[in-house]
Amino acid sequence: MRPILMKGHERPLTFLKYNREGDLLLSCAKDHTPTVWFADDGQRLGTYRGHNGAVWCCDVSHDSTRLVTGSADQSVKLWDVQTGTQLYSFNFNSPARSVDFSVGDKLVIITTDPFMGNPSTIQVKRIAEDPEDQTSDSVLTIKGPQGRINRAVWGPLNKTIISAGEDSIIRIWDSETGRLLKESDKESGHQKTISSLCMFTDKSHFLTGSADKSAKLWDTRSLTLLKTYQMDRPVNAVAISPLLDHVVIGGGQEAVNVTMTDRRAGKFEAKFYHKILQDEIGGVKGHFGPINALAFNPDGRSFSSGGEDGYVRLHHFDPDYFSIRM
Amino acid sequence: MAAAALSMPEIENKAMNLGIDLSTIDFDNIVLPPGDDFGINSDDEDILHEEEAPEFETGYGNVIVVDNLPVVSPEKFAKLEGVIRKIYGQTGVIKEGGLWMPVNPDTNMTLGYCFIEFNTAQEAKEAKEKTDGYKLDKSHIFVVDMFDDIDRYMNVPDEWTPAEIKPYEAGDHLQHWLTDEKARDQFVIRAGTVTEIFWNDARQVRPDPVYQRQYWTDSFVQWSPLGTYLATVHRQGAAVWGGKSTFNRIHRFPHNQVKHIDFSPGERFLVTYSSQEPSNPRDTHRVVLNIFDLGTGKLMRDFKGSVDDFTTGGSGGLSGISWPIFKWGGGKEDKYFARIGKNAIYVYETETFILVDKKSYKVDNVVDFSWSPTDSILALFVPELGGGNQPARVSLVQMPGKVELRQKNLFSVSDCKMYWHSNGEYLAVKVDRYTKTKKSTYTGFELFRIKERDIPIEVLELDNKNDKIIAFAWEPKGHRFAVIHGDGPRPDVSFYSMKTGGITARVSKLTTLKAKQANALYWSPAGRFIVLAGLKGFNGQLEFYNVDDLETMATGEHFMCTDIEWDPTGRYVATAVTSVHEMENGFHIWSFNGKLLYRIPKDHFFQFQWRPRPPSLLSPEKEEEISRNLRKYSKKYEAEDQDVSLALSEQDRKKRRALQEEWETWTARWKQYHEEERELRLQLRDGEASDDEGSQEQYEAKEVEAEEVLDVHEEIVD
Repeated sequence: MRPILMKGHERPLTFLKYNREGDLLLSCAKDHTPTVWFADDGQRLGTYRGHNGAVWCCDVSHDSTRLVTGSADQSVKLWDVQTGTQLYSFNFNSPARSVDFSVGDKLVIITTDPFMGNPSTIQVKRIAEDPEDQTSDSVLTIKGPQGRINRAVWGPLNKTIISAGEDSIIRIWDSETGRLLKESDKESGHQKTISSLCMFTDKSHFLTGSADKSAKLWDTRSLTLLKTYQMDRPVNAVAISPLLDHVVIGGGQEAVNVTMTDRRAGKFEAKFYHKILQDEIGGVKGHFGPINALAFNPDGRSFSSGGEDGYVRLHHFDPDYFSIRM
Repeated sequence: MAAAALSMPEIENKAMNLGIDLSTIDFDNIVLPPGDDFGINSDDEDILHEEEAPEFETGYGNVIVVDNLPVVSPEKFAKLEGVIRKIYGQTGVIKEGGLWMPVNPDTNMTLGYCFIEFNTAQEAKEAKEKTDGYKLDKSHIFVVDMFDDIDRYMNVPDEWTPAEIKPYEAGDHLQHWLTDEKARDQFVIRAGTVTEIFWNDARQVRPDPVYQRQYWTDSFVQWSPLGTYLATVHRQGAAVWGGKSTFNRIHRFPHNQVKHIDFSPGERFLVTYSSQEPSNPRDTHRVVLNIFDLGTGKLMRDFKGSVDDFTTGGSGGLSGISWPIFKWGGGKEDKYFARIGKNAIYVYETETFILVDKKSYKVDNVVDFSWSPTDSILALFVPELGGGNQPARVSLVQMPGKVELRQKNLFSVSDCKMYWHSNGEYLAVKVDRYTKTKKSTYTGFELFRIKERDIPIEVLELDNKNDKIIAFAWEPKGHRFAVIHGDGPRPDVSFYSMKTGGITARVSKLTTLKAKQANALYWSPAGRFIVLAGLKGFNGQLEFYNVDDLETMATGEHFMCTDIEWDPTGRYVATAVTSVHEMENGFHIWSFNGKLLYRIPKDHFFQFQWRPRPPSLLSPEKEEEISRNLRKYSKKYEAEDQDVSLALSEQDRKKRRALQEEWETWTARWKQYHEEERELRLQLRDGEASDDEGSQEQYEAKEVEAEEVLDVHEEIVD
């Protein structure tokens, strides 16, 4: 089917997130307003106004009532999804890069960038039932990894935190004590900045994408490397299909080089790979800048991609897609 | 020195004694002989000495011994001395009193040799190089040696001791790669710091590694023309490698700072080249060329000189050299090599490594020459002279003997290029001529039929003779050629045959393909097929064309492709993007008919080169027979292909099944964990089950209309 082109952001997209039911799509971009769309037809539903910097990441609660967004304006804000009102703002002294709700939505992981001498941190905040009672106290603060932490997510049962970032190492932390439990192997792991991390719905395995032109699939509990998907371009975004054994990987040459060459040279396709066989299935063209964000609808029947070009492209799969035989 | 300096009163005394009036002497006009200060220090001497410590010659490095001089009586002594001074004065400065010709005290006759002391050792060396073998007259050929070498010669034992004969050691089987059972071809690639050699395994649709090595070469690698050796280039010289299983070093060819190398076509010799950029702009830019014997590794001859001696003179204004400097001729026997000089072509023979007939071949104003690839025939081009009074000419000259076989005068020529057919059967000369107004040029071809009696020449002009020629290529082993011509962004491609018409063959056009995105032509080495390629500006458009049937077999694209090379058998084509730009680096392998077989991306990809094969040992009749009964032979290979593809798909299936099974064990374990943790998860969600807890609870989409009062506002209307 023809993709739906969603033009609402004025700057490059940074993150895409579907709510659990898959009827809403939330998008973050370097402009200051996260936007919510109808995931079916791509109509714009509303925006969340209040940030004063690029918004890097967001997450929506299980019941689709709360939205949390992390921004370069050194704040993480909590919103009411339906009304768009800001409920609370956590303020930091460096930009917030990623956010993730725990199972049960009582906790949220926030990572902050290294900035003005402050090292990067992973912080856990408690989300109060009633926004009136919300405080900015951290339950846990982890410091240690060098460079930016691009993504930190909850492991199964909120017992662990998985982080990945510029030092190209994936780490598993104990979410109670903040102790480092596991580290990915330097040899077999990524060789350059890990740009993205996507958890499978049952949290059993996750996919990471890196500037070393590969994406890798890992076991969440043991941190064993399961699969490697070799690309011919730096990877910015990854997503795992909840329905079929497919992964989708996007990226492209670095933005600084884009204007110098033909569009075909940039490789701004979203590439589909067979999750188990590691073979390339196909590609979806359309963006004219690198792909920065990818997300699967929880029903696995559509996916959306967000590019450096400022567009969100919403793709509903054709019936043939479901009958691909490898 | 300082002790010898005189004080002023002493000078006055001395002058008085010698009868010189000091007041009449203009001291500023006195020029001392170079290199001598008569023991008087100049004012800035100290500074000079501090800056560069003088090099003291320990031995007699600046002395040479010239032997084989005529034995003369005292009357002729001065005359001989004069001659010698004249000869050696050209090469360097002979020290004052540095020429000593000993005389037999009994007869007062000279002894037939002399010693010459130069200012520097370098001058002495140069003098030796230049005058060793100098012919004073028929019976007096100079033998020049360094004085320092005398000791060495003196130590040669009087008794001859036979050289120790080493037992024969079987050498490595250098042609082993040709015995590959699957008749595959090899290629070498260079990416990053690694040089790798692969088999092109088209049946398995992948390259099969043979050998790899990091930092194998400092700049590039090169196969020898018959594929026997792989040459690597280093700071200290070149090396060649080869062998049965791995690549062993066969020979090293020392040559400091070597820049270029070139093999003779028959693999007998290797030419290495280096050039020393002068650090001081006034110094000459010196180049060194060495010719080695590939079989023994011995240096056969070296050429040294300033870069001007080796640049193709003629038209002048050419900066730098055009490689190769030496062009090899005489077919596969490597009988001759030649280079162009000012108004002459220097042809050397490899028997003796001296000039053929001991002198260069004088051709006034020659600017270009080339050898026939198979015969010892030279083709020369001399441009127009005297404002068009003397026409330009192309001539064919047989070596040895310098017999002019054929000559063609050409008028109002601006430029000329020669293209030999690989069998040496034809020579095409592309001639750019001025139009009458001299403002623009148009192009025509002069086609020589070398193997026919009297070498007939045909003139060919394109249908539209104003078309610019973009590329020209002969069909290897065939009688056709292809030309890309046109001015627009989509030029035309035309094919011509040299063998049409009855007994007297004529050239004629076969077809013209209109508006092609092509700017380069790559014939299959076996002929018949050609790749029309659009490199650079055309982004790597490829068209695989069958010239026998005049039809396009396939079109393809290798985006940003920079290099194309057929494998030596004409079965596969490699297209590569080398690191002229940073992106898309890597290579693709295609079948001859344009089917993409596999692609290998490689960052920092520098070089792709197929390993050449020596010519087939089959007789032409046998080859003919095979191509006639191709069906019979191909059956066997088709069966093999089938087997391989079956085995491959079987292998593939197995691998897939294994992967699938492995995956299933993982998911089973994950499911189990997931189940076990279910209760805990429910607790975390405050007892609320969600749809990721399996399919027990299906949610239903329900449309809910919600009304919300945003604002109530009363307004009085009149």
